[in-house]
Amino acid sequence: MKDKTIVDYRLQIADCRMRSAVGGRRFAVWCLLLAVGGLFAQPTGEEILRKLDANAVAGNRIVTAKMIVTGERLERTLEMRSLVQGTDKAFTEFLSPPRDAGTKMLKLGDELWTYTPATDRIIKIAGHMLRQSVMGSDLSYEDMLEDRKLQDMYDAEVTGTDTVLDRPCWVVDLTAREEDVAYASRRLWVDQERNIALKEERFAKSGDLLKTTEVTEIKKLSGRWVATDVVIRDELRRGEGTEFITEDVEFDASIPDYIFSKASLRE
Amino acid sequence: MIRFLLRGLLRDRSRSRFPMIVVFIGVFLSVCLYAWTQGVVQDMIHASASFGGGHVKVTTRAYAKEADQLPNDLALFQAPDLLAELRQDHPEMTWTPRTRFGGLLDIPDAQGETRVQSPVAGLAVDLLGKSSPEPGILNLKSALAQGRLPAQPGEILVSDDLARRLKVEPGDVATVFASDIYGSLASANFKIAGTVRFGVGAMDRGAVIADISDIQSLLDLPDATGEVLGFSRDMVYSDAHASRVASEFNAKHPATAPAAEGSKSRKTRYDFTPEMTTLRNQSGLGQMFDLVASSMGIITVIFLLAMSIVLWNAGLMGSLRRWGEFGLRLAIGEGQGHVYRTLLLEALMVGLVGSIAGTLVGLGIAFWFEKVGLNIAGLMRNSSMMISGVLRTRVTPSCFYVGFIPGLFATILGAAISGLTMFRRDTAKLVKELSE
Repeated sequence: MKDKTIVDYRLQIADCRMRSAVGGRRFAVWCLLLAVGGLFAQPTGEEILRKLDANAVAGNRIVTAKMIVTGERLERTLEMRSLVQGTDKAFTEFLSPPRDAGTKMLKLGDELWTYTPATDRIIKIAGHMLRQSVMGSDLSYEDMLEDRKLQDMYDAEVTGTDTVLDRPCWVVDLTAREEDVAYASRRLWVDQERNIALKEERFAKSGDLLKTTEVTEIKKLSGRWVATDVVIRDELRRGEGTEFITEDVEFDASIPDYIFSKASLRE
Repeated sequence: MIRFLLRGLLRDRSRSRFPMIVVFIGVFLSVCLYAWTQGVVQDMIHASASFGGGHVKVTTRAYAKEADQLPNDLALFQAPDLLAELRQDHPEMTWTPRTRFGGLLDIPDAQGETRVQSPVAGLAVDLLGKSSPEPGILNLKSALAQGRLPAQPGEILVSDDLARRLKVEPGDVATVFASDIYGSLASANFKIAGTVRFGVGAMDRGAVIADISDIQSLLDLPDATGEVLGFSRDMVYSDAHASRVASEFNAKHPATAPAAEGSKSRKTRYDFTPEMTTLRNQSGLGQMFDLVASSMGIITVIFLLAMSIVLWNAGLMGSLRRWGEFGLRLAIGEGQGHVYRTLLLEALMVGLVGSIAGTLVGLGIAFWFEKVGLNIAGLMRNSSMMISGVLRTRVTPSCFYVGFIPGLFATILGAAISGLTMFRRDTAKLVKELSE
């Protein structure tokens, strides 16, 4: 009877130990899951926009790029050099083709001027001209002027996940807070790790798709992920779209202040 | 007898002068209204052809589908070859290239900054060619309000209203902005040679007319043009002839095969082969012409019917008013047939004199309005239709009989019907009737 009692007692202890061991492992697994979950937990839309804006906004930079505009019947390549200061100052000069060489554009805040050597005129792009295409591309002057941070203009909501360029992305729907924005809503595919939008659709207030942007190549330049090959398509235009290829970016470049003045357009 | 009746026409106020005045007014109004309706329809056709799409228009099929947007990226390439072909195949017509473009006219200040700018409807035509038909088709010499016609490259004409609005004069420099073949914003400086006023609201509001070579250079369209227009040499539109020319041309230039199902390329969706359309088939103009013509026709017919009833009634009233006179004539032995015949003869004279006078005066007024016109440009200021701001009548052969026939026959018919009562009168009771 005593032996039996001792045996039962030992069995109970062993059972308790075993239960304790199993419980410990479960706890460890839960801890690990929580840790991993913490790393890749779904962020809020606002958090994604904040990271996107932080990645997009840079100091001074000099960008050499080319645009391949594929129209209905013709295709042409424009080469350009842009000197950019933050988000609200930019000076762009077109280098080729010969017909467009010397054409310059200056953006100061929400104002934009263009200069053509053929007329020797500096023209402010305003009103309905803002919706015109930039040098025949699928990009409008209005797109060029957009310098406000996304988080200041839109409410964001993460609506799902997707894969673009073999990269896991958050799908984020943006809804404009104010009337005074070019696109009433947008859908972004944001790389979950690199915080860069790999695909974008822009919509009118009516819900019609106006513009699509697809990144086909990204590179890490000076520690920053940059979309170096982007295809932009204005869905209301004829043609195959515009391929924007960034050939070189010089970050934190020294750019004299006088560059961002109307006088420099004629130089 | 006729001399007696004619004298009576003028002297007898109630029996003939008043009916004659009624016939005269009715016929006069009918002729004027008919000539006006003809003028409106013909003016629309002429203005639409001259400032719009010619009697026939050649564009690419892709351009034709979106013609309202002036898609110069879908323009006709190798235009000189096409023009040569058209001139060879249809020498009975005048062929000329045109390019339309939307843009901005920017006027600089002394520092070269924008002083003022305005959206414009650009029209590029062959202004400088020695044998160009365009100055004649557009009637540029008559339309010139200030300055002169362009004589060298780099000169433009601006609508007079626009010039006044922008406070520019001949000799001033203006920059034209437009979208080139790539959709890029292109610009060029031009000297304003003169200002024009066509009397067509759609043109006078904000047109810029430039030489086509300058615009080909501006829009990067070498050897290309948006449209090639064809006009019959007498400038009179014949739909039968235009349709025949168009069907011959389109048979020679068939459409390319449609895009393969599931094709990814957007390029295959567009067909750049040339296509000819007649004036009637351009942008629903045919339906509009038909609608205007039928509306005018209905108005004219209703008016003529109303006038016929009025004239018929005048004949009836005239005869009934003379109940006593006819009774007396019958009582003194005049035969019923004779009285009836003189009544008809009188009606014939009244109708004839009133209708001839009404037709002559109506034609005179119509001829005068055809020549001088009535300026209603103020009312057409916001019109986008190619309708002249000067109202003109058009005297056609039909104007000579459109009022005359109802004027004459309605009067006779009225008298003939009312006169029939004469045959029902009993001669034996005449004395009693007359004594009452």
